Amino acid sequence: MLIKTGVPTEGDIQRVTPSPERMAGGPVAVIECFQKIPCNPCYLSCKQGAIEEFKDINDLPGIDHGKCTGCGICIANCPGLAIFVVDYTYSDNEGLVKIPYEYLPVPEVNSRVAALNREGQEIGTARVVKVQRIKGQERTPVIWLAVPRDLVMSVRNIRVGGQQ
Amino acid sequence: MLKTDIAIIGAGPAGLNAAISAASMGAGVLLLDRDEFVGGQLIKQTHKFFGSREQHASTRGIDIAGLLHEKVKEYKNIELRLGATVLGYYPDGVITAEYQGRLLKIKAQRYIVATGAAEKSLPFPNNDLPGIYGAGAVQTLTNVYGVLPGQRVLMVGSGNIGLIVSYQLMQAGVEVAGIVEAAPNIGGYLVHAAKIRRAGVPVFTSHTIKEAYGDSVVQGAVIWQLDEKWQPVPGTEKDIKADVICVAVGLTPLTELLWQAGCKMKFVSQLGGHVPVRDENMMTTMPDIYVAGDVSGVEEASAAMVEGKIAGLCAAASIGCSTGEFDELRSRALSQLAELRSGPAGEKIRSGLKLLV
Repeated sequence: MLIKTGVPTEGDIQRVTPSPERMAGGPVAVIECFQKIPCNPCYLSCKQGAIEEFKDINDLPGIDHGKCTGCGICIANCPGLAIFVVDYTYSDNEGLVKIPYEYLPVPEVNSRVAALNREGQEIGTARVVKVQRIKGQERTPVIWLAVPRDLVMSVRNIRVGGQQ
Repeated sequence: MLKTDIAIIGAGPAGLNAAISAASMGAGVLLLDRDEFVGGQLIKQTHKFFGSREQHASTRGIDIAGLLHEKVKEYKNIELRLGATVLGYYPDGVITAEYQGRLLKIKAQRYIVATGAAEKSLPFPNNDLPGIYGAGAVQTLTNVYGVLPGQRVLMVGSGNIGLIVSYQLMQAGVEVAGIVEAAPNIGGYLVHAAKIRRAGVPVFTSHTIKEAYGDSVVQGAVIWQLDEKWQPVPGTEKDIKADVICVAVGLTPLTELLWQAGCKMKFVSQLGGHVPVRDENMMTTMPDIYVAGDVSGVEEASAAMVEGKIAGLCAAASIGCSTGEFDELRSRALSQLAELRSGPAGEKIRSGLKLLV
């Protein structure tokens, strides 16, 4: 259970996963925020009007995946670093995952890094496609990772170089 | 003798906001802090804050300190004195402070005490070994002075401080061996927990530290599981090697000045210990003493900032300062505070405040 382990369960993830049809339609945000805390910058940062206005600042964020373009501005604005963008249409055999990453060194574009799941276990290799600096949140780089398509909903962190 | 309308003790998130709002009402403000810089604990917070825009959500604590400092500088009616340690409150309504090797006497019409909180400790065998720190000390070393406390840290406590200091240590290149939490559930925000879990750090809920060990410095700790009655379960011991044990088991309000001044105090465990009895406007039982921030109950910095606003506005109004906007500003701040506390995360605070106001 999330509150005991810190790791969202499969059920938690399912509840925030866009529909298969939407996933097939290109990049889209997945908001992995499961606890009611007083926080609303995701809504304030969304330029597409996809993240719904909070009636109560303690509510969980609501998102209209149909309006979301997967631009990723919310990724760098979420104080909890809990938003990711997934894109199953990136290439024939690879998907794209965009993650917030606040460690040094920032990975080089085209480098290969260890792909980690929500428990920090290495589950494969990711290729760094882009390092995006969102205006006003430059110190939370958004890393674009090309990963095998079956890992798109599992890769949530990376390890850059070195052994652990 | 220094004379001022309002003297504010502590220039953290609560005190800075109190100074700005009191000054915006036209009051003369003397803002004192014993440190050499403003911001209090904000300057150690390299992570982004929650809350809403009014509380600088999505901005890092250290940047909020800078923004508030700039705003303070805009007011000619705020005098800031750093390195000034307030020593006591006297029956004639005078406070004294140690400042640059001299004793200052200060007479204000109102005082706003925003002294914050101190860390709690945890008793366990060998907890006096070098290498065992409070989380605040670890943050000060790492984030203020750029000195790493060690190579591999065992964190005790999974509240927001334990979680976020673990994250900051990893950002600084320190390994975190794990987080030990006596309660069955993680205490802090789960987004913070998810962040350190996906970096591979285990969280041992329902576990406590049995003992630390090491010859002359700490070399590790034995942890063990707790049952539903919080009793240790023999045979569940785990040995965790670490050269730092970081204790993050909560805060308690820094209330010495309020006790000494004679404010009525009450023990409310949900608020972190003894806290001053005060009204909605943050006035204590002494009409010239207001409070704001953790000293009035340990809570998030976002709430401390709003409490500071309320205390600053109301203290200024109580000595006759006025602007046409007072009622609106006050009620907006009160509703922001109620909103921040209204969710499940604010339940503990709400139940504590019921015993107080």
